[in-house]
Order: sequence, then C-alpha cells, then structure tokens
Amino acid sequence: MKKIVILGAGTGGTMMAHHLSKKLNSKEWQITVVDDIQDHYYQPGFLFVPFGNYTLDQIRKPQTSLLPRNVRFLNQATKKIDPENNSIETSSGEKLIYDVLIIATGSRIVPEETPGLTEEDTWRKTAFDFYTADGAAALFPAMNNFKGGNLVVHLAEMPIKCPVAPLEFVFLADYYFKRKGIRDKVNLSFVTPLDGAFTKPTAKKAFGNLMQQRNINVITEFNISEVDGQNKVIKSYDEKEVAFDLLVTVPVNMGSKLIEDCDLGDELFFIDTDPATLQSKIKENIFVLGDATNVGTSKAGSVAHFQSEILTRNILDFIRGKPFSASFDGHANCFIESGNKKGMLIDFNYTQEPVTGSFPLPVIGPLPLLKEARRNHLGKLAFRWIYWNMLLKARSIPFVSAHMKKSGKNIV
Amino acid sequence: MATATLGGKSIEVNDEGFITNQEDWSKEIALDIAKNLGIEMTDRHWVVVNYMREDYAKTKKSPTVRRITQNTDVNTKELYALFPGGPGKKAANIAGVPKPAGCV
Ligand SMILES: Cc1cc2nc3c(=O)[nH]c(=O)nc-3n(C[C@H](O)[C@H](O)[C@H](O)COP(=O)(O)OP(=O)(O)OC[C@H]3O[C@@H](n4cnc5c(N)ncnc54)[C@H](O)[C@@H]3O)c2cc1C
Repeated sequence: MKKIVILGAGTGGTMMAHHLSKKLNSKEWQITVVDDIQDHYYQPGFLFVPFGNYTLDQIRKPQTSLLPRNVRFLNQATKKIDPENNSIETSSGEKLIYDVLIIATGSRIVPEETPGLTEEDTWRKTAFDFYTADGAAALFPAMNNFKGGNLVVHLAEMPIKCPVAPLEFVFLADYYFKRKGIRDKVNLSFVTPLDGAFTKPTAKKAFGNLMQQRNINVITEFNISEVDGQNKVIKSYDEKEVAFDLLVTVPVNMGSKLIEDCDLGDELFFIDTDPATLQSKIKENIFVLGDATNVGTSKAGSVAHFQSEILTRNILDFIRGKPFSASFDGHANCFIESGNKKGMLIDFNYTQEPVTGSFPLPVIGPLPLLKEARRNHLGKLAFRWIYWNMLLKARSIPFVSAHMKKSGKNIV
Repeated sequence: MATATLGGKSIEVNDEGFITNQEDWSKEIALDIAKNLGIEMTDRHWVVVNYMREDYAKTKKSPTVRRITQNTDVNTKELYALFPGGPGKKAANIAGVPKPAGCV
C-alpha cells in the first residue's frame, strides 16, 4: 500500500483529499489527513461576524463531515516533518511514513510580534483581530457598543491572507455606522504599511477613490513599532502616532508553528515552493498549496481551489513517473464587500494585475470587475454555499477555470 | 521609460526612480540616488545596501524589512533611522534592486 499524507484539513487540505480520493484506487493508495481541528470554519465568514450578520454557528461544520469516506482523518497536530526519512510525527508520537506529502498548514496570526498588542488590558479589550473565530466573536459586542470616536483598521505587515479583508472591514464599518445613524461621530481610519490602499496600481487607485468618497482617512507607509494601550495610540518606527478608541488590526501573518519548528520555511515560515508546479524546494515528494506557500499571489481560498486542480494533475504525474503536465499561473479571484449591499470583484494572476472590465459568467451574467455592483455582493454571499458544497468537495465551479482568462478585462 | 543622470551617466529608470537594468548599478550611481533621496551614505547604510544586493542575486527577490533585520546586525529601529519613511523601498532604490513587491 502506498501512502499520501496531507497535513492540514483546512481549505486546501480538504480539497486535495477529495480530488485524490476520486482519482486514486483506494486498494493501492491510502490517503491520511492530519489536523487537530474539530470544527472547520468558513473563514471569509469571519468578516461578517463583528457586524452581527453571521454567528459562528452559521460558518462552521464538523471536520469529519467534510472529508471523503475512504480517507483516514487523524485528528492530531503534527509536531515533526522528517523529509529525510519520508515521515511525519504527530503530537501523540504516532509516526506516519509517506510516499507523497502535501503540506496545507495555512497561515496564522501572530499578535505577539507587535509589542504591546497582547497586553492584558489591551488585547480583545480595545484592540481586536477578526482573522480568528474568537477574535471575530469578541469584536461583535465591541462594535455593537461603540458609540463614537476613533476606529482604526490596521494591518501590520505584508503578506497577510486575504489582503482585501481589511479594506472590506473598513467599508462595512462605514456602512454599519451609517445605518446606526452615528457615522458622523465615528472617525474611520485605514492604516497600512503599503504606499496606498492596495498593492497593485489599478486596484490601489480604485480602492483609494472609494476610501475618499466614504470619508475614510488612509494613512500609508505606517510600520507599527508598538501598541500603547494605556494612551490608546499605535506608534510607527519613524515616530508617527495614530490615536484609537477601537483598534481592529490584522496582526503579522506567519506560516504554521510546525514549519518554524522544523526550520522548513522563510523568515515568515512560508515554504519555498515552485510557483508553477507547486512542488516544494524541500524535497521532490513534498508538495505545498494554499497559504503555506511563498508563491507570489494572494493567500486566498480561491487560490487554494485553483491550485488544488493543478496540484492534483501534477501529483498524478509524479506518482506515475511522468513530467509535470500542469502549471499554476497565480490565478486569484476575490469578491470585495464595499458596503451598501454592494461589492467589487478582482480577478488576477502572477503577471496580470487586477483591472476593470467584466468577468464573463453565463446564466448569471457578467460580473463587473473593480467596480461596485449589487451582483458582486450577491456573489460574495453565494460563496459560502459554493464553499461547502462545491469547492471543498473538489467540484469545479462551472465556467471558472484554474487559469485566468484575459477576455473581458480592460488591460492597461 | 525615463532616464536620469546618475553617477555621471544617463541611466534608464522607471517612474519611481528605480534603475531598470540591474547591470547598470555602480557605487557612484548608488551615491547619487541616495543624495536625491536626501540620504548621506555611511558604513551602516552600506551594510543594508550590500546585503540587499547579495540577497537579490541569490533569491531574485528584493528582501523585506523583516528579512534584512534578521540577516544583518541592523535592527528595525536603526533601519528606519537610516532610511526614513520607508527603508524597504529606499534601500532597494539605492541598491539597484526592484521595489519590494509587498506581495499581493
Ligand atoms: C477574515 C478572512 C476573510 C477571508 N476572505 C476570503 C475571501 O473572501 N475569499 C477567499 O478566497 N479567501 C478568503 N480568505 C482566505 C482563505 O480563508 C484562506 O486563504 C484559505 O482558507 C487557505 O487555505 P489553507 O488550506 O491554505 O489554510 P487553512 O484553511 O487556514 O487551513 C490550514 C489548516 O492547517 C492546520 N494546521 C496548521 N498547523 C498544523 C499542524 N502542526 N498539525 C496539523 N494541522 C495543522 C490548521 O489547523 C488548519 O486547519 C479569508 C480569510 C480570512 C481570515
């Protein structure tokens, strides 16, 4: 019996389990997924929890209900990867030998990286994250009780997963306080280490304009050195200060502690991965997908989905001793909530930045790119159903291919 | 593409003032770029700039602030003092390597 081990049962790991179990003969191949989670969260839903649109119950399912039946789920943390001996070891000391290893251990927030942020009188009292279930849930009452003052939405350092999420948060906050009739009492700021609202020029301009229209201050090139919870200011290395009453921050993102402990990653513990084949640079029988890689595209569920289709083909090639036949282009496709029951959509890859235009979708009709529309908001809401029922189960979304299409885009 | 006079030569630069052909780089050019940015180069500046060039040659990626501080004896505070208002970008500009991608 040959063995495939998948580390991480999040978005990417669950997809790979479905893909491979459909393609491989279970008499020849045993697939094991290793993760210590009980519940699988639909992470894009975290964005809506602080605003009271979703509860945690509405965005989680037991992990055991999500995996194919012919796959073994080992509900433990992995504590060691040993590439030399093609084995991994779990927290209980169980050793698994593999022929092929897939690492899908994602990324995590590390608030301890920012001095002062995790002080007891600050963390989840006046400074919150919404990138974890606990954080999003704790932020709900804080938003609800906020009567006015400085609300600062901040991101510490790039890369972060879902880099549009902090933008969405600030747009939704604007809409939330407008609906409550207290927008004039709230001073909204967006604080970023980047030199604009986003990384790529066309999207940076579009989001920048939207911020201006919504009366949101954008503070750029702010590299946080400290959160001073007593005086309620964040400070930068070049001695700028921004005052907050409520801080919503996306702390430093890093790869799994496992990657750190095994010294298999870069300075943020992301794994050096071939951007086209998704084979790791660690060893030829180790592959990586999702947020755990260091490839130059967004860390997003849509990316993990496109990668899973490519990686499945390449792993089948690998075990049959053939050259890799599939190549990933960095395709990402992200809906962006912009408030007012509207949304935007961006579609891009390693070389093509997000631009305006339209994204062709038969039946539903084309979705406007980088432009506000109600249809994009509905697309974002539909995504939760698509996630549970199609993406995780490795059913491809009709008309959306793993490779980015240029048609419809106004390429500059 | 624009050109700028750097190190006494006409050099191709992009609209943010980064040299477009890495082979054009020389110490003289670096000194001129630094001057334009209002930076007086000291040994400490060179520690950063030299590291950026070495790392870029190896990885084909401009190192991030985090990477620079992990692999040199320059800490973040000092780095910001040396290259005020954006060390990653300014040091990359002087070192003749592309603007750090900041990822997507
Ligand atoms: C607020 C927010 C909003 C988002 N919005 C969007 C969106 O609108 N669209 C979009 O496409 N994406 C969005 N994303 C991003 C998306 O959720 C992630 O990119 C995606 O889940 C990545 O999948 P992954 O498999 O790489 O990692 P994950 O799904 O995070 O899974 C990683 C798994 O690895 C496990 N693991 C880690 N270390 C170990 C270990 N040592 N042993 C065993 N298991 C381990 C973890 O327990 C986890 O289950 C959003 C994310 C957040 C936080």
